[in-house]
Amino acid sequence: MSSKPIALFDPVILRRAVIDAVVKLAPRQLVRNPVMFVTGVVAVLVTLIFIRDLAFGEDNLAFTGQIAIWLWFTVLFANFAEAIAEGRGKAQADALRRTRSDTMAKVFLHQDDNRDDVYETKSALELRTGDIVLVEVGDTIPADGEVIEGIASVNESAITGESAPVIRESGGDRSAVTGGTVVLSDSIKVRITAAPGSSFLDRMIALVEGAERQKTPNELALSILLIGMTLIFLIAVVTLWGLASYSGTVLSVTVLIALLVTLIPTTIGGLLSAIGIAGMDRLIRFNVIATSGRAVEAAGDVDTLLLDKTGTITFGNRLATEFIPTPGIDEATLVEAAFLSSLADETPEGRSIIALAKSKYGASEPADKSGVVIPFSAQTRLSGIDLSGRKLRKGAVDSVLKLAGLSLEQAPSGFRDAVQSIARSGGTPLAVADSAKLLGVIHLKDVVKPDIKARFAELRAMGIRTVMVTGDNAVTAAAIASEAGVDDYIAEATPQDKLAYIKGEQAKGRLIAMCGDGTNDAPALAQADVGVAMQSGTQAAREAGNMVDLDSNPTKLIEVTEIGKQLLMTRGSLTTFSIANDVAKYFAIIPALFVATYPELGALNIMGLASPQSAILSAVIFNALVIIALIPLALKGIAYRPVGAEALLRRNLLVYGLGGLIVPFVGIKIIDVAVAGLGLA
Amino acid sequence: MTVTGWLQIALILAAVVAAAWPLGLYMARVFSGERTFLSPVLLPVERAVYIAANVDPKKEQTWLSYALAMLAINGLGFVLLYGLMRFQHLLPLNPQGFAAVPPDLAFNTAVSFVTNTNWQSYGGETTMSHLVQMTGLGVQNFLSAATGIALALAVTRAFARRTAATLGNFWADLTRATLYVLLPLSIIVAVAFAISGVPQTLAASAEVTTLEGAKQAIALGPVASQEAIKQLGTNGGGFFNVNAAHPFENPNAWSNILSIWSMLLISTALPITFGRLVGDMRQGAALLTVMYALLVVGVAIVYAAETSGVPSQIAAGIDPAMGNMEGKEVRFGQALTALYVVATTGLSCGAVNAMHGSLTPIGGLVPLFMIQLGEILPGGVGSGLYGIIVMAILAVFVAGLMVGRTPEYLGKKIEAREMKLAVLAILILPLTILGFTAASAMLPFALSSLANSGPRGLTEILYAYSSAAGNNGSAFAGLTANTQWYNTTLGIAMLLGRFAYVVPVLAIAGALAKKTKVAASPGTFPTHGMLFIGLLTGVILILGGLQYFPALALGPVVEHVLMQAGKTF
Repeated sequence: MSSKPIALFDPVILRRAVIDAVVKLAPRQLVRNPVMFVTGVVAVLVTLIFIRDLAFGEDNLAFTGQIAIWLWFTVLFANFAEAIAEGRGKAQADALRRTRSDTMAKVFLHQDDNRDDVYETKSALELRTGDIVLVEVGDTIPADGEVIEGIASVNESAITGESAPVIRESGGDRSAVTGGTVVLSDSIKVRITAAPGSSFLDRMIALVEGAERQKTPNELALSILLIGMTLIFLIAVVTLWGLASYSGTVLSVTVLIALLVTLIPTTIGGLLSAIGIAGMDRLIRFNVIATSGRAVEAAGDVDTLLLDKTGTITFGNRLATEFIPTPGIDEATLVEAAFLSSLADETPEGRSIIALAKSKYGASEPADKSGVVIPFSAQTRLSGIDLSGRKLRKGAVDSVLKLAGLSLEQAPSGFRDAVQSIARSGGTPLAVADSAKLLGVIHLKDVVKPDIKARFAELRAMGIRTVMVTGDNAVTAAAIASEAGVDDYIAEATPQDKLAYIKGEQAKGRLIAMCGDGTNDAPALAQADVGVAMQSGTQAAREAGNMVDLDSNPTKLIEVTEIGKQLLMTRGSLTTFSIANDVAKYFAIIPALFVATYPELGALNIMGLASPQSAILSAVIFNALVIIALIPLALKGIAYRPVGAEALLRRNLLVYGLGGLIVPFVGIKIIDVAVAGLGLA
Repeated sequence: MTVTGWLQIALILAAVVAAAWPLGLYMARVFSGERTFLSPVLLPVERAVYIAANVDPKKEQTWLSYALAMLAINGLGFVLLYGLMRFQHLLPLNPQGFAAVPPDLAFNTAVSFVTNTNWQSYGGETTMSHLVQMTGLGVQNFLSAATGIALALAVTRAFARRTAATLGNFWADLTRATLYVLLPLSIIVAVAFAISGVPQTLAASAEVTTLEGAKQAIALGPVASQEAIKQLGTNGGGFFNVNAAHPFENPNAWSNILSIWSMLLISTALPITFGRLVGDMRQGAALLTVMYALLVVGVAIVYAAETSGVPSQIAAGIDPAMGNMEGKEVRFGQALTALYVVATTGLSCGAVNAMHGSLTPIGGLVPLFMIQLGEILPGGVGSGLYGIIVMAILAVFVAGLMVGRTPEYLGKKIEAREMKLAVLAILILPLTILGFTAASAMLPFALSSLANSGPRGLTEILYAYSSAAGNNGSAFAGLTANTQWYNTTLGIAMLLGRFAYVVPVLAIAGALAKKTKVAASPGTFPTHGMLFIGLLTGVILILGGLQYFPALALGPVVEHVLMQAGKTF
């Protein structure tokens, strides 16, 4: 997938958003956003009043007309914000959709009399779960599925952006294939596991397009609060009509509506869905697909992250890090023997011995390589080479000792100490012998990825504990855990252990995220609150998780968590801003409404606004323009910093709470000067 | 303002907190069913009550059956009280021979005492028989206070428990609140009141011959005992019409101090009980800090407004150093009057030792706003605690979003259901207060009850409905409330303010109790620090301010500006 960043205001998207903003005025669409629906209804009302006044020639025609126009703009601006977010999502989705638009599938029907397979060619969109399709060289895989027969190399760059082909074969952990990827060699039979309408690609498209966007739990709770605030202000404004009549003030419907619209939380109400869509869009830019917005929100709450050791924390292969000669043996002899005995060894361990010997000990390729290679076998647990009369062997310590006819106690003490100290440090000792002569020990070690410690420190700063899961024994696990800087580890873990650990943590009230790729991870992925499956993993794992990482990078969870937090923070901060704004609006409008009855109330006009009408109009204009002004913030989200909750809150309260109190005083005053200067009111 | 005045205020508040702290811890034990130093005496009584009422105190109730039990006993209390008043002329202990109470007044009064409001549209000593005062009003003084405490405990348990289906047993909570808390305290306080000179007798009145030789009947009765529970239970319904300004209810400085101390005591202790039961005293202390911070600010404003005097009075030759003494008792002075005014409205007590209607506009705005903020500073017994918890839920909701986590309070996640119920609860007060005030401001027969014109008249109506919906009970004298319209609508406002508010709150408690407790992490926003205290204070003020700004602007604010210009009403 291309992660080409889309400019914040791409002209094409802008143009489409302007049209969409008008289309979204349809009541059926508007009713999904209660605050904007109320604004729309009162806009209609003021427009009708304007038409009536136009017909009967009332005063204040220009004023009513302008209020009506700005109320419509308020709704249009909110629609525009949503349309831009959707447009950016659509642009992302369209690129994805192209990959599978015209895919045809060869669906297996039955075997004919000659026992040949009979296929029917169908559009990918007509596939059903359980269909078996044949995919040959050059074909695009029509939908997500599982390889049931054959082996093929597949180009998954459409999904991952990684151009190197990957092997997909039946059975094992590499059987899952994704719709939209291309088979480069051989042919495979694939059983479709997701009907095209619900494949990951489709879910992703639906989430960014906003078509099937459902409100996430926190969004729902916030919407309820916004409805509550709207009702409170409705009560305050409607009763104000009665309270005003006590002092003989007759308030027009237009000014009451102006007061209502400026008070109800239109700012956050107008930007709420744009914030949500933009959050999903950001996630996709990081090459992560979530099956629901709920999962993204949950990611922001994660307390504990469970990570597999192999492939995540360490490179996954034990690598040679040191040669320890038996006392009395020259180091060069040991290095040479290890080097020679590994020449034909194509395992990662064998290659790492060669690499270490070359890089650190300066060994070079021998001239004579014509020895007899003794391959590794499970029985002997040894490998080596017979070369010019020397029987060089390397292998498990007990196997080598047996070959030498010694027990560990009989071995030289230096050799014994080396073996034991390697084992204690969590490494694996590999003995090297020339016939019966013990030359020394190779230290094989699980090497921790270089940048992983910093990533864990980052997670810790965000308040997330990391737990390493490994099949290693406790000694090895502890050694790697301390080297990688994880907070805890589960050694000798079985799939049941993982599941039990997750359940235990959840019972303590923690939210667990887990990354996994194997079929045996599936139950734990399903149990975890946030299950991130690797794109390279099995279909079972991907179905069990609620997110798929297209890059198969387990530490991606840091970005996912940040996006989840950003989403909530942006909503919360704009809500605070929206409500704080109301103070200034009261000071603008209330004196304007009553200054005729009580000239003394002019004391509340602390902004010194030009006239009552200009004060009301300025407040309404400010209220509309602030939506536009905040669109970039809604789309980008508020920056998250791992500084702890209290510091974060203090900062956001200062910026959006205090800022929300002050900004409208300044903004309304500036607009008032302009309105009065232009003679609009 | 004087240093001595502030010292008096500080000493009294310190004495309240000093007594409330152990009381709070004691209540935590009582409501957990643990043994206390009073158990040897009271446990047999408690058991006898359970046997007589056929109650198993260990049988826990869900939020719904807890709410239904609460509504049942309060409904029964209403019917009994209404009946007593309607038939008082046929019943004994009516030495003055008062006639039956009219239906609308009986409805208003019964609702008033059931809801812990104790709004009085009548003069106690000239309307109610001793039987009504003692068995009707007296019993309700205990019952409504005990109900409030029980409800606060139910809400507290929602945070103390994890994945629990129940909130406790209402009958056990009610019994324990009465037996272990209200009865012992009111005995002590009643004796103290009697010592300070408050009468306690069953005699109807004393016949005295005045200096002019005229005969005068001075109303008497069991004043000290009623005064004790009136203050302790934040009831506020006085024995006499002028309440704690009457020399028999509140004869001197000592009785005044005792009045203030005893009305603040239980509401101050309950946040401490809350802290103990949720296992973190700092949580209770934080809530208490918010309550007292706003209380003290309110006292400061009233004290300053009242001592700075009224321009027209000064122009008339009154010594400006005295400040505005209209409607105040010289024996209490400015400082303790200001404290009384703000305490009785910050609490939902409603007892008064001065005429709130005679306060300066700003001095009157403060008690009005204290009521409108939801009676949570520190609020009525029980209702103050669960009220401020609702505000805390709203505060952490916004704060939680701002730190990027699903909002939680004390480890309980605040989700859509809780928000729905909290919004429902907070809508009740503005709807009732502003709705009825606006209606009364437009209805001619409602306006005819007003004694004052101009913005002051509007304030009187606004104050009446605020007081009723907030279950406060104090009045901004000047409004003749004993009419069918006001008796009925104020009665409805009291019912809504109490029960329509608390049922959603109990439902929140039920939903929260079911949830597991989320473990705290560095990403969790701590709800005991200064930041939370500031945030909660801000949320309370801004939410209240936004709701009532227009109404207050047209009432006390306009009046203040006009007063500065020399115009009074």
